[in-house]
Amino acid sequence: MSLITRLKQKLGSPAAADTALPLTDRGFLVFENTSEVIQAENLLRAAGWKVRVMGPPPEIQRGCDLVIEFPLIERLNVARTLEKAGLAALETVPVTGPLLQPVDLFQTTDYGDWLMVRAANMKICIEKASRTIVNISGGGCPDVPYLAAMLVGKALADAPAPREIGHTLCGYALQLAFEEISRQCSPS
Amino acid sequence: MLAIVGTVPDASVPVVAGPAALEGDTLTVGTHRFPVNRGTPALLAAAIAAGRVLGLPAPTAYLAGDIGRGDGSRRLYAFLAESLAQTDHEAVVFHYLLPDVDWHNRVLFAVQEMSKPPVLIADAGFMYVAKMSGQADAYDLFTPDIGELAFLADEQAPHPFYTRGFILHMESRRVPEMIAMAYQHHNAAKCLLVKGSRDHVADRQGVLAVIDTPGVPTLEPIGGTGDTVTGIAAALVQSGRSIPAAAEAAARINRLAGRYARPTPATQVTAIIDRIAQAVGEVVRW
Repeated sequence: MSLITRLKQKLGSPAAADTALPLTDRGFLVFENTSEVIQAENLLRAAGWKVRVMGPPPEIQRGCDLVIEFPLIERLNVARTLEKAGLAALETVPVTGPLLQPVDLFQTTDYGDWLMVRAANMKICIEKASRTIVNISGGGCPDVPYLAAMLVGKALADAPAPREIGHTLCGYALQLAFEEISRQCSPS
Repeated sequence: MLAIVGTVPDASVPVVAGPAALEGDTLTVGTHRFPVNRGTPALLAAAIAAGRVLGLPAPTAYLAGDIGRGDGSRRLYAFLAESLAQTDHEAVVFHYLLPDVDWHNRVLFAVQEMSKPPVLIADAGFMYVAKMSGQADAYDLFTPDIGELAFLADEQAPHPFYTRGFILHMESRRVPEMIAMAYQHHNAAKCLLVKGSRDHVADRQGVLAVIDTPGVPTLEPIGGTGDTVTGIAAALVQSGRSIPAAAEAAARINRLAGRYARPTPATQVTAIIDRIAQAVGEVVRW
């Protein structure tokens, strides 16, 4: 039986949406204690996210004996929702690789009057003299064009942080690039 | 007919479907008007600009407003899952959508119910979710940049944000090796156009072509120049060219349009799109 046929059968089941959540686009939120897990679950469900509480995989060494599975791509938006309620996860990790870490490699390209920094799939470019953001490129999530519209043309110091207005992992990667280019441009 | 699917960064835009037209720097679909800056409007604009020279009809756009919350993407996924099977598109480009494996699968099923299978091209978020779904080989062309190729090559990464460092370190010096890794783990489409300082066209057998002239290093920071390559490739596929030939020509055309625009890193992509027609005329052999 082909993969497509098997998936069709799975999706055809009335309860499929709740019982057969695909794992590859999911993440785990790890909290200090079960009280926080319950609060976070209620909060995220009320906000419309598909989440579920489960036992943690053995790779996760921190936190309590429950984790919340959530849509990993929407990490920034989920984190912001939790922070507004005074909740913060100890860790956020992919279901398919709890030991995977966010990128911490930056690639810097000097174009003379301009400087570009790349983090993962996101690039930010500024004019050195004015520290104005002149371009944002890369990425594939729908907040990238939105973030570009909000940031391009603004000075680094005046621009909203991608963390504040982005929603996805691409937004998170842009935040890292934004922080790195700000660090490189700060007076030492 | 070519169809192009994606989102626009305006949360108020409902699902919009219909022929797309380009008027200056503005894209129109029905009564809706969208600025062409980057993302799916830039891809559409490039496909239209190339298509005019190639004598093609206007592509059909499927768009929804989404600023990253995923609501517009999910409305568009649902619309496509419901309606695509009844269409006769010869090629479909999937672009900026919030990656969602469940919805991806439903859309792919709808495609497979079409009376004639279309050429499937994926870039941006839809390429990510095609990999996540484990069904990358159902697609005919992916158009990753180098960072995204590293993600395809990393069988564990669920998103480029989590690509492991030892693969990111391979970078542009080891593109053929990364391409081989992507195929080894079934995370690549039948053909790849890898966008970088040197563009690579490849399939499962290896690299088919390397395009590195004209060299225009200042294209990389300009948002939307990857989107324009994909749009040009889609138009060339629609014109009947093979996918590898379309990919190779698209890379050349985009570089040439870039050279004609004489860009700085602060140039906006509309300046490149304005030069696509001229570049298509030079590259395409009639």
